[in-house]
Amino acid sequence: MIRNMLRWVAARRLTITFLLLGLVIMLFIFVPLLKMVFSSDPGILWDTLGEGEVRSAIWLTLYAALIATVVGLLLGVPLAYFLARHRFRGKRFVETLIDIPIVVPHSAAGIALLFVFGQNFFVGKAFHSVGIDFVSAVPGIIIAMLFVSVPFLVNSAKNGFEKVDVRLEKVARTLGASPWQAFFRVSLPLAWRSIFTGSVMMWARGISEFGAVLILAYHPMVAPVMVYERFEEYGLDYARPVAVILILVCIVLFIALRSLAYRGEKT
Amino acid sequence: MIEIKNLTVDLGTFCLQDINLKIEPGEYFIVLGPTGSGKTILLESIAGLYPIKSGEIWLNGREVTKVEPEKRGIGFVYQDYALFPHLSVKGNILFGLKQMKQPKGELQSTVDLIAGLLGVSHLLERKPETLSGGEQQKVALARALSISPQVLLLDEPLSALDPQSREDVQHELREVHRRLETTIIHVTHDFEEAIALGDRIAVLGEGRILQIGTPEQIFRQPSSEFVARFAMARNIFSGEVRYAEEGDAIFSIGDLELAAVTELSGKLHASLRPEDILISKEAVISSARNSLRGTITRIDNRGSTIYLTVSTPLDFVCLVTRRSFEELGLKAGEEVYITFKASAIHVF
Repeated sequence: MIRNMLRWVAARRLTITFLLLGLVIMLFIFVPLLKMVFSSDPGILWDTLGEGEVRSAIWLTLYAALIATVVGLLLGVPLAYFLARHRFRGKRFVETLIDIPIVVPHSAAGIALLFVFGQNFFVGKAFHSVGIDFVSAVPGIIIAMLFVSVPFLVNSAKNGFEKVDVRLEKVARTLGASPWQAFFRVSLPLAWRSIFTGSVMMWARGISEFGAVLILAYHPMVAPVMVYERFEEYGLDYARPVAVILILVCIVLFIALRSLAYRGEKT
Repeated sequence: MIEIKNLTVDLGTFCLQDINLKIEPGEYFIVLGPTGSGKTILLESIAGLYPIKSGEIWLNGREVTKVEPEKRGIGFVYQDYALFPHLSVKGNILFGLKQMKQPKGELQSTVDLIAGLLGVSHLLERKPETLSGGEQQKVALARALSISPQVLLLDEPLSALDPQSREDVQHELREVHRRLETTIIHVTHDFEEAIALGDRIAVLGEGRILQIGTPEQIFRQPSSEFVARFAMARNIFSGEVRYAEEGDAIFSIGDLELAAVTELSGKLHASLRPEDILISKEAVISSARNSLRGTITRIDNRGSTIYLTVSTPLDFVCLVTRRSFEELGLKAGEEVYITFKASAIHVF
């Protein structure tokens, strides 16, 4: 009996070892999140949610990230399609360039953006002349989020387009579709799931952005900055309710959108 | 009518050069060539989907060399169907019709007509992924035909199918061609397919058209070593299945009657692989039902194997190894017996 059990274990040594190691990292992710959510007093959470300042910070975070995502869709999806369909010298370089926002420290990214979109550079000046300012303003939050999160959308959309057989577009052409129509009637619907998943990732990444936003726009205050500010000024107990609410909002949205993306997909 | 003049296409590793074809209205034209000979690219060039280096393409008296693919009116069917996976069968067939801005009322009746013609009416609401290969290829044909194309281009349309569906789709192709009188260019690497369907065949090899002719001309008078190798791979005969009972059949070629196994009947072709023929100096008694006496008229030495032509008087090409050739002491002009099983004869 015991020997059989030992043999059973011996035969699965690799699987069991990997499972245990994997369990460690899963606990590492879940325990802090769960601990914080469950050790919070629901009454305090409710009171915090009642604060206008908190609600507007969360709302600002959500919609600034959403606008960043829409801009990402308009400009990133065409780039993704181009990269998926063309081979050219320096393509590797372009692809690396797109990934750079993921690897640079986000506070440094914020500084870089400040240089370009601040009023000492012509880009910032041009926007200022049409009434758009970035420093300490919502547009600043949006470009900070856009910069750090757009790689997720471009890469996901590119993978989606690469999976669409070029011959489907060719057949569409022979059936009377212009290149635009072939794109909108064939390639886009077929890559839609990847684009949507990428958008959810981008939005989520935008919501969670702290470093770059902090540099460009401390005010108006987004939720991650508010968590930081309350922690700095008043300590852990005061920062926690806001953090819990932010985490809950993110988790709920993320799960809801992911399930929407995978709905109807065969497993 | 479609005319291709001095077409040159760069394929990266090699070029299609000096392609000149003139295909008559309503003709079923086959381009026969081995894998990697640029057949697909040739079709894509005709459809305007692949950039050409030089040359002209004329369609019914109009030059279309620089015309966008969507304005050429050419139907295209790929080997592995290329159906739109996000659309139903009906959506696939409607794709081209919607582009043509047909009145809404006519759409349904056009779809019904084409689906009926190809026998896919019962599949209209299904998604492509739920269909068999044969069904998918028929839908792809229906989709290509929906725009009433001036020419239908078929890229190895039977190659991805299992033998059963291949016969089925092949029959469908013949029917469509007969009823709609569409001009068809069909590329394939399969010699039997070419002979069974083509009015004329062009053999493509080494980037050029090597020979154009009727199936009979191609396999009786190959103009080059390359074509001959393609054609010589098999003995191919035109004849008729005279008698058939439960698959037990007699295939007659003129006066010669061969035992064969087939369910088909009527005027057909039969092929026999050279390696399936047994050569002996005396008549042998065996289970093989075909045994003929003939004379060796030609010896074609290929190193370790040798092709013999045995005249009975109908010519049979037989394959023997060098070793058995030497052991039997075969010579030109010598009388031998050739023996092969009824099941070795493939009727198509």
